[in-house]
Amino acid sequence: MAEQNNLIEEITKSEYKYGFVSNIDQDITPKGLSEEVIHFISQKKNEPDFVLQFRLKAYRAWQKMKEPTWQKVHFPPIDYQDMHYYAAPKSSSKTKTLAEIDPEILDTYQKLGIPLEEQKVLAGVAVDAILDSVSVATTFKEKLQDLGIIFCPISEAIQDYPELVKQYLGSVVPYSDNYFAALNSAVFTDGSFVYIPKGVRCPIELSTYFRINAAQTGQFERTLIIADEGSYVSYLEGCTAPMRDENQLHAAIVELYTHKDAEIKYSTVQNWYPGDKEGRGGIYNFVTKRGLCAGDNSKISWTQVETGSAITWKYPSCILKGDNSIGEFYSVALTNNYQQADTGTKMYHIGKNTRSRIVSKGISAGKGDNSYRGLVRISKSAENSRNYTQCDSLLIGDQCGAHTFPYIEIENKSSIVEHEATTSKISDESIFYLNQRGISTEDAVGLIVNGYAREVIKQLPMEFAVEAQRLLSLSLEGSVG
Amino acid sequence: MSLLKITNLKANIENKEILNGINLEINSGEIHAIMGPNGSGKTTLASVLTGKKEFQVTDGTVEFDGKNLLEMPPEERARLGLFLAFQYPVEIPGVSNANFLRLALNEKRKYNGLDPIEPAAFFKIMREKAKIAKIEQDFLTRGVNEGFSGGEKKRNEIFQMAILEPKLAILDETDSGLDIDALKIVAEGVNAMRDPSRSFLIITHYQRLLDYIVPDFVHVLFNGRIVLSGTKELALELEEKGYDWIKEEFATA
Repeated sequence: MAEQNNLIEEITKSEYKYGFVSNIDQDITPKGLSEEVIHFISQKKNEPDFVLQFRLKAYRAWQKMKEPTWQKVHFPPIDYQDMHYYAAPKSSSKTKTLAEIDPEILDTYQKLGIPLEEQKVLAGVAVDAILDSVSVATTFKEKLQDLGIIFCPISEAIQDYPELVKQYLGSVVPYSDNYFAALNSAVFTDGSFVYIPKGVRCPIELSTYFRINAAQTGQFERTLIIADEGSYVSYLEGCTAPMRDENQLHAAIVELYTHKDAEIKYSTVQNWYPGDKEGRGGIYNFVTKRGLCAGDNSKISWTQVETGSAITWKYPSCILKGDNSIGEFYSVALTNNYQQADTGTKMYHIGKNTRSRIVSKGISAGKGDNSYRGLVRISKSAENSRNYTQCDSLLIGDQCGAHTFPYIEIENKSSIVEHEATTSKISDESIFYLNQRGISTEDAVGLIVNGYAREVIKQLPMEFAVEAQRLLSLSLEGSVG
Repeated sequence: MSLLKITNLKANIENKEILNGINLEINSGEIHAIMGPNGSGKTTLASVLTGKKEFQVTDGTVEFDGKNLLEMPPEERARLGLFLAFQYPVEIPGVSNANFLRLALNEKRKYNGLDPIEPAAFFKIMREKAKIAKIEQDFLTRGVNEGFSGGEKKRNEIFQMAILEPKLAILDETDSGLDIDALKIVAEGVNAMRDPSRSFLIITHYQRLLDYIVPDFVHVLFNGRIVLSGTKELALELEEKGYDWIKEEFATA
């Protein structure tokens, strides 16, 4: 028993490694949300009227909605009038090249290890870096333009490609979808926009790095990715935030849209500040992510490694509308100290012969609470469809929790749904076995956890996979004594 | 030269005394066998030497390669050259044998002030050592013991031993549950690694394994104490007479 207590104590020693604050001049709205604030944001961004109207409709819908309470996470009421809805680095408005970027910002990215510098770019990663609300640097743009690929901040897309934005914005996640989606639709400040034209296979991984820097700021980025017929793109998203005592809200929307024969692979490594070991502070990560396989034979694949945030609450989903379309969801969610996660996916099978695969790996340590919640719905029209779900939980210590809430709805007789679930603990025997081969306890936990998560990690592009492995080990540093 | 020197070692678990004053000295290059009836403390001895934490040492000393072994955490004992082939090797799913062993070998190299080994050089070593334990190439990329049969797990222990090249290898009932062919492979692996600078401590219930690995000394453990020591003939005698006479003769000891 004494050992168990030691173990718990050890877990809580692990500290957030990215908690520094950058001193950057901020252009910021007063706290609170109103139609004036929305007008201000829209004006600041010089938006066409359809975007302003979209925002206002969303805001009015949001006012009538209630914050949902069905989730298995707990947090004190959020005061939506006590935060800023727009914060932008002052120097960013005219930024064009890497050399002109505020050195403090570059330094911030360097600490994060973001591949922003040229040599990293040459390694094949185009980065759209988002600090708080505005994209500060987009690299590799010209090369992509030659292929007809559009990869830019969404605010820029609104200026330069209003028709495309008008056609797809809200087409997968309508503004009225849920409470946080409505909030985002009203106040979204930036995010990425990607359009891959017909038949083009994007030759590099596209990448965005989000970072929340300003205090008491909500981050509401919005990402929209469209893969036209027969095209392919792999998109990476990484997140960090500095340490702060108060909680910060992150309510993003990601919309993916695949036409016939197109494929989008979307990978996330989320390492927002999780709060300190007493559970103070940390990001509320309430995100709506959804992909629509609109065309036949199209495919959307979500991979997420979630190690950060005080609360992670999201369900990257696929609507499999096109015949023979495929949806995939690979997830590792780690909760340590007082972190909470309620995450999973929804697979809506509508087209014939649609297939989906769900692999969820939860890891709970400290007093962390981890829930998998997933929906597989096979509608009447989705003949001969298949789903396979594997849902595993790994427990470290005896004060954490793991829960599974699978929802399965099948409306035809020709489809097959499989669900497998396991729960396991990191045993003293496993640790000792590795110790006996000269491996320290810390490395042993890292090795075991990475082995457990391997099926998901191997879905990530190489560079991200390495970072994800490192994060898993870091997040559990000292978790077994 | 003395490699391991155990003096009056006493240890218990949950206040139950299991080791009751062990004295044993092993010199470099020697093979010692420890035999004894079930519950005599054989596996406990292996666990205490390698530093398993649920056992408390209450008395005695253990010197290994001139160092106080009992002061070191388990991983340091391993890096110093102490290896245990487990009776029940655990499975580490998703971690490939190759990755696991490279990490283990590099930890040992770091401890000895050497640079980490390059992947290509390591792969070459693995291929060589794979022959010793007669293992297939796919062993290397499979998860550590993941889905292995009992025999495969034991061969994997020998393979790991071959890679890590310990000064002292303890084989804890490695023969249990093995058929005669697997037993021979294990024994051949051990014999191939016999070396004047390497010692073995072979824990076994049966004499069978000692037909293939011929020990220099045989000790009988009973009630947490070595009650008899001899040469390989002692093992044959035990095989013939069983352990009952030991129990009778040393019950009160």
